[in-house]
Amino acid sequence: MRKTLVVYLMSGPETPALAEAAVDAGADLVELGFPFSDPLADGPVIRRAAERALAEGMRTGACLELLAETRARLPETPLVPMTYSSLLEAYGWERFAEEACAAGATSLIVADLPAGDRPELRRIQLVAPTSTDERIRLAAAGTDGWLYLVTVTGTTGARDDLSPALAGLVDRARRATELPLYAGFGISTPEQAHAAAQLADGIVVGTSALEAAEKGAEALAAYVESLRGALDGAAVPA
Amino acid sequence: MELTYGEYGGRFVPETLIPALDELEAGWHEAWADEAFRAELDELGRSYAGRPTPLTLAERFAPGKRLYLKREDLLHTGAHKLNNALGQALLALRLGKRRIVAETGAGQHGVAAATVCARFGLDCVVYMGAEDMRRQRPNVERMGLLGAEVCAVEFGTRTLKEATSEAIRDWIGSVEKTHYLIGSCVGPQPYPEIVRELQAVIGREARGQILELEGRLPEVAIACVGGGSNAIGLFAGFLDDSEVRLVGVEAGGAASLGSGRTAVLHGSRSSVLADADGQVLDADSISAGLDYPGSGPEHAFLRDSGRAEYVTTSDEEAVEAFRRLARTEGIVPALEPAHAFARVAELDEQLVLLNLSGRGDKDLEEVLAR
Ligand SMILES: Cc1ncc(COP(=O)(O)O)c(C=O)c1O
Repeated sequence: MRKTLVVYLMSGPETPALAEAAVDAGADLVELGFPFSDPLADGPVIRRAAERALAEGMRTGACLELLAETRARLPETPLVPMTYSSLLEAYGWERFAEEACAAGATSLIVADLPAGDRPELRRIQLVAPTSTDERIRLAAAGTDGWLYLVTVTGTTGARDDLSPALAGLVDRARRATELPLYAGFGISTPEQAHAAAQLADGIVVGTSALEAAEKGAEALAAYVESLRGALDGAAVPA
Repeated sequence: MELTYGEYGGRFVPETLIPALDELEAGWHEAWADEAFRAELDELGRSYAGRPTPLTLAERFAPGKRLYLKREDLLHTGAHKLNNALGQALLALRLGKRRIVAETGAGQHGVAAATVCARFGLDCVVYMGAEDMRRQRPNVERMGLLGAEVCAVEFGTRTLKEATSEAIRDWIGSVEKTHYLIGSCVGPQPYPEIVRELQAVIGREARGQILELEGRLPEVAIACVGGGSNAIGLFAGFLDDSEVRLVGVEAGGAASLGSGRTAVLHGSRSSVLADADGQVLDADSISAGLDYPGSGPEHAFLRDSGRAEYVTTSDEEAVEAFRRLARTEGIVPALEPAHAFARVAELDEQLVLLNLSGRGDKDLEEVLAR
């Protein structure tokens, strides 16, 4: 079965074009970062991207417009805003969810809103290696379509090796749910993507996708293609 | 989500930390209910930290009033921060965590954390903004001497906000073996509660002392508010005494209670300096310990309920009060409590209790340069 490739992009004027390039190159789902000033779950690369985006005026309203533009270019691709609670608190939790949906969002990820809180807000839940089995069950029961496995005990950012914690986390999550499991945080190379996809149903790349996107749509497309190849087992990773 | 203080509080953190916060909350409640734990903490307070701290009548600073100072500046390490650090170190030992991570602004909490880690043989990492390292250099040197590793935070505001974020990020990556020793009554539940209970010794002692000296309760209890730990510790002694007016003093450029809005920062929902989109704004204060855009959720609750009120002091007023206390009483306060001193003269009441949360050695360079 085809493994799902999720690519994270930070909101910015180029985002619709970058998202289209990523999808053309083999991405199945695009996460759109709505930047927050104090992103606790993020390492330096995504934090700096958020700082730049905020400096460019990427506030909630502008991000929703970019989401709609991206939706217009990509009618079929699932698009998922990823953000932090403070934005929803300010915008209004329900209003945010409604307007994101109207702008074409497929679901939502709120990095600092753990499972069990605000169950009425439909969103993709995250679980981590530190999650207890009970919390994995809670997250799985409430999640929207798939479960996000945080492979590392740590923040976002590239790592040298695939986290050894992923295998155990996949095992525990499989016992809790039949929903697809996508692994993210710390996955950047085609080798890591390939290895993670042996365990999970898909992977999420953020930090390295942003670094490629900073070099332009072509660089992003080449990077996404290398991951697609690794996931399909068609290309031998360099 | 259970919001502990009315609509404020909560746990807005990545999933990775939730199990550790559950463990901390359970461990804390067990420890706090354990007489042996309380007795050990009390004994450390007496024999190591110098509790109880005295009350001093400041007649020359505030002529015409009876202004009593609760002398947390005389506590070991020179500020109230040690009350919290000692308690959390004992808690960390109970939980089997041998590495401590902390943030610091003025450096007083960093010094307190480094001190208790030296005392108990724990590893200590302190995150501090590069700007604060510059303006509170003596405390950076002290932390080094005490064996702590000080990590400079070189981005964003280069002050307490970013230092706190980096300490939390460290904890997200090290949570299995590390205790996060937060320095104020902020952060995800149970931290605001832990810090408040550990600082409540200030108000408890002061209440007994002023009753003994004056035969009545103070008309006002006043303290500076950064995150709010020294203020909540003082207020805790008088919350049920509705006749005692409670006043918190924020820095004018960091008035998260005075002019903030509800937002989420560092794991809790509280009153924060933030824009209409929920983005956190930079604070601006001469005092590194008050230079923080957030505030403890319990303070936001006390403000809304009307039980406590919050006012502000400018940089200039704080420096003026700092100098005047030195000249009139022979006491050099930290710049943080100098903000509270600046508001005393205009209080209508006569019998005033002020929390002198720390001493000013760390601030000499900054003040003398002005
Ligand atoms: C002496 C002193 N007072 C007050 C504060 C402010 O913190 P809080 O509001 O938590 O008491 C600090 C913080 O560094 C401090 O060093």
